[in-house]
Amino acid sequence: MQELNWTALTIFILLFGLITVLGFVAAHWRKGDLDQLHEWGLGGRRFGTLITWFLIGGDLYTAYTFIAVPALAFGAGAIAFFAVPYTIMIYPILFLVFPRLWYVCRKHNYVTAADFVRGRFGNRWLALAIAITGIVATLPYIALQLVGLQVVIGGMGISGTGYAGDVPLIIAFVILAAFTYTSGLRAPASIAIVKDLLIYLTAFAVVIAVPIQLGGFGNIFAKIPPAKLLLAVPGATTTGAYGVYATLALGSALALFLYPHSITGILAASSGHAVRRNAALLPGYSFMLGLLALVGFFAIATGVSGLPEFAGGFKQFGNSFAVPALFLHTFPSWFVGIAFAAIGIGALVPAAIMSIAAANLYTRNIHREFINRNPTDRQESQMAKWVSLIVKFGALAFIVFVPQKFAIYLQLLGGIWIIQTLPSVMLGCYTRWFNDWALLIGWFVGIGLGTWMFIAAKLAPNYPLVIAGHGFPGYSALYTVILNLIIAAVLTPVFNGMSKVRVDETSAADYRP
Amino acid sequence: MDQHSERSGWSWWYLLFLIQFIVSLWVPFYNKVDPSWIGIPFFYWYQMLWVILGAVLTAIVYFATDA
Repeated sequence: MQELNWTALTIFILLFGLITVLGFVAAHWRKGDLDQLHEWGLGGRRFGTLITWFLIGGDLYTAYTFIAVPALAFGAGAIAFFAVPYTIMIYPILFLVFPRLWYVCRKHNYVTAADFVRGRFGNRWLALAIAITGIVATLPYIALQLVGLQVVIGGMGISGTGYAGDVPLIIAFVILAAFTYTSGLRAPASIAIVKDLLIYLTAFAVVIAVPIQLGGFGNIFAKIPPAKLLLAVPGATTTGAYGVYATLALGSALALFLYPHSITGILAASSGHAVRRNAALLPGYSFMLGLLALVGFFAIATGVSGLPEFAGGFKQFGNSFAVPALFLHTFPSWFVGIAFAAIGIGALVPAAIMSIAAANLYTRNIHREFINRNPTDRQESQMAKWVSLIVKFGALAFIVFVPQKFAIYLQLLGGIWIIQTLPSVMLGCYTRWFNDWALLIGWFVGIGLGTWMFIAAKLAPNYPLVIAGHGFPGYSALYTVILNLIIAAVLTPVFNGMSKVRVDETSAADYRP
Repeated sequence: MDQHSERSGWSWWYLLFLIQFIVSLWVPFYNKVDPSWIGIPFFYWYQMLWVILGAVLTAIVYFATDA
């Protein structure tokens, strides 16, 4: 590995110190009674349009994204750009569905999507399925944020043998755990502002500096091998790479706002209007994500993978090292410190929100529903604080003791699982037509078949579907949620015929201002 | 917004969102190098352009339906 980069490390530590202070001070920001779950776990639903923009942006565009999307472009080429149509399509979905979810959740003091499903469909087992899916899909996601952190720490030349090499990661995580415990969602909300400003600064610096160094975009794209520059044109009997690209984009877009951390960010807004406004404002981040995907190509064009000083980094982290290597190659050390801090802090913000979201789910939909039915407000928020700690240290242990590829597999599977909550949560915002048991069976089949497809495709998210001799390779999440919906729709009249009981504690007016 | 759409939560302006889905999902249309722009192949600048146009469409729907 390369030598220790003192300048970068000093700046990195200073910025980390700054956000640590910010994280603890945040407890006093728009002060509320942190002994109530909606104060600790949703920031008291008090964030206006601007803070919500930073919070959801900091939440969705994670450190792992900033490392993994360029790494995919670096390794596989054009397919990585599916992240752009994906983030184009998420905002109409946000606009149409989630203000309704916000209104109904405020009205009934729901803190999680599973709370909403419990109230809407009156079925604790369906709510449990939603809660467990959310928790299980979130855990590997938290673990992967740590991978982003690990890569930049390694990029600064910090290395150690065995578990000693994980000490900086553990320090960063203890800080994260402490301020999340103390301040709840207010901590990541305040830190997200710093993180996003740093990320924007870094993205624009790299997109301006590298093309100037390399003599324009024409020269950069000329160095990209033709096989990586465009998607392969499909043969006559298959939708090929086109189908893969489109289904990945659409499936990911449908899944994104079902993740507990997304919903936590949305429910923390101060009004449904703030959510709607953000659907028009958040594409600012999508644009930056597109720029960052191009950074993977910049890394190919500069030839960083062939430089001897980066050989160790690529050996240890694979293609994930493309972005840190490019930064180290392009920028002076002080700016490397800023850029790496942006990615490092970019790991902490979503990790904090994800752990809070998982804690809210456990507390509300498992503990309160099945273990202690009448907790005091204080017991409830205390439980959530403890669970957020357990979740984070679980993720840390996972990254330290288990090979990284398992976290990646589980995160890919998590996308296939979380989309199965779409009929209950997203369609539930519009209609109570579906029968709750039909939804539960649809969910079960979707999870089972999705997992099977993932394994059958040799641990990959795209399944080589063949119908009547024609190939439709594509994202299993999309295929299985379609089946899930069909099953729920077909079984609904069957179950309704067996029982006339139909519970719904919400009314149509609850979904509007 | 008229009385009817107030009650149902539906507005015809929402159909503008369909455009974003169609341009994003019709991959054969944009999987090409030419016309390139300042050296950036069509595949890349077209999709980036639609990030901006998508935001504009969403803003239009927001203002049109914001009673």
